[in-house]
Amino acid sequence: MQFIIDHYNYWLVIILMMAGFYTVISRSNLIKKIAGLSIFQVSVFMLYISIGHVKDGAAPIIESDVTVYSNPLPHVLILTAIVVGVATTALGLALVVRIKEAYGTIEEDDIHKQDQSL
Amino acid sequence: MIDSIIDITLMTFLVITALAIIRLHSLLAVVMLFGIFSLLSAGVFVVLDAVDVAFTEAAVGAGISTVLMLTTLALTYKHKEEKTEKTPIHAGLLPLIVVLITGSLLIYGTSDIPAFGDPKAPSQTHVGPYYLEKSMPETGVPNVVTAVLASYRGFDTLGEVTVIFTAGVAVMLLIGRRRKTKPENSESGDDNHDA
Repeated sequence: MQFIIDHYNYWLVIILMMAGFYTVISRSNLIKKIAGLSIFQVSVFMLYISIGHVKDGAAPIIESDVTVYSNPLPHVLILTAIVVGVATTALGLALVVRIKEAYGTIEEDDIHKQDQSL
Repeated sequence: MIDSIIDITLMTFLVITALAIIRLHSLLAVVMLFGIFSLLSAGVFVVLDAVDVAFTEAAVGAGISTVLMLTTLALTYKHKEEKTEKTPIHAGLLPLIVVLITGSLLIYGTSDIPAFGDPKAPSQTHVGPYYLEKSMPETGVPNVVTAVLASYRGFDTLGEVTVIFTAGVAVMLLIGRRRKTKPENSESGDDNHDA
């Protein structure tokens, strides 16, 4: 029981991660793939924040009557990662728009059919 | 205790949203559910004491990402066209098997991670306490995350700006100028590089 209480958050995060992964590798629509990729990304962020969490800790903003804080370093890393993640999502979506112009479709199966690559 | 209950509830909502994203075929619904997913994850970040991350996720993840996806939908499908994905030809059991194996390996790996919220975990005992003790006297900023981001690791933030600039330039080069060969795509669509 203690083992479950100690690790349930990691397990839920991994389930989310796998849901995103499954969307990326099993769906053929490119916009849906990017949505899956973003889900994967957000769950990695959650894994990092879970590692920085301290039981009964406060948010890392210094107050005179608070003694236990959560670890601020994962927060800093993930703050940077969220912004970079949106930049890569924007780039991916721009590629989708460009693929639509070149192939007339954003379904991966149709693209393979046109390229005769599958 | 109440923290854990809220955490588990929000996480359950997140799992339900993710499964709905997998199952739904309407792309508009997928994009909207993704916005909900980001907002719920911002809630999880608040419960886990990461308030700065939470409002960045709510503004950037739930806001800008959703707008970018909606813009892409508007640019790739015609106005009245039904925005649904086709069922993939070869979506057999293989992706599910790959995902199950990867997931079980990762869950097996978590058994070595220190307990959730353990104050004596290695990640809590090395560099983190230094910033918590020294950031107030050294920088005078009460918010430690801001102090590390803007003062101790300002160069990293400069690098981050470079990454965003590069992505913006790449998006502009890809779709910034419209080609004349496809008349049905000739509406201006360079509102995609605002991230």
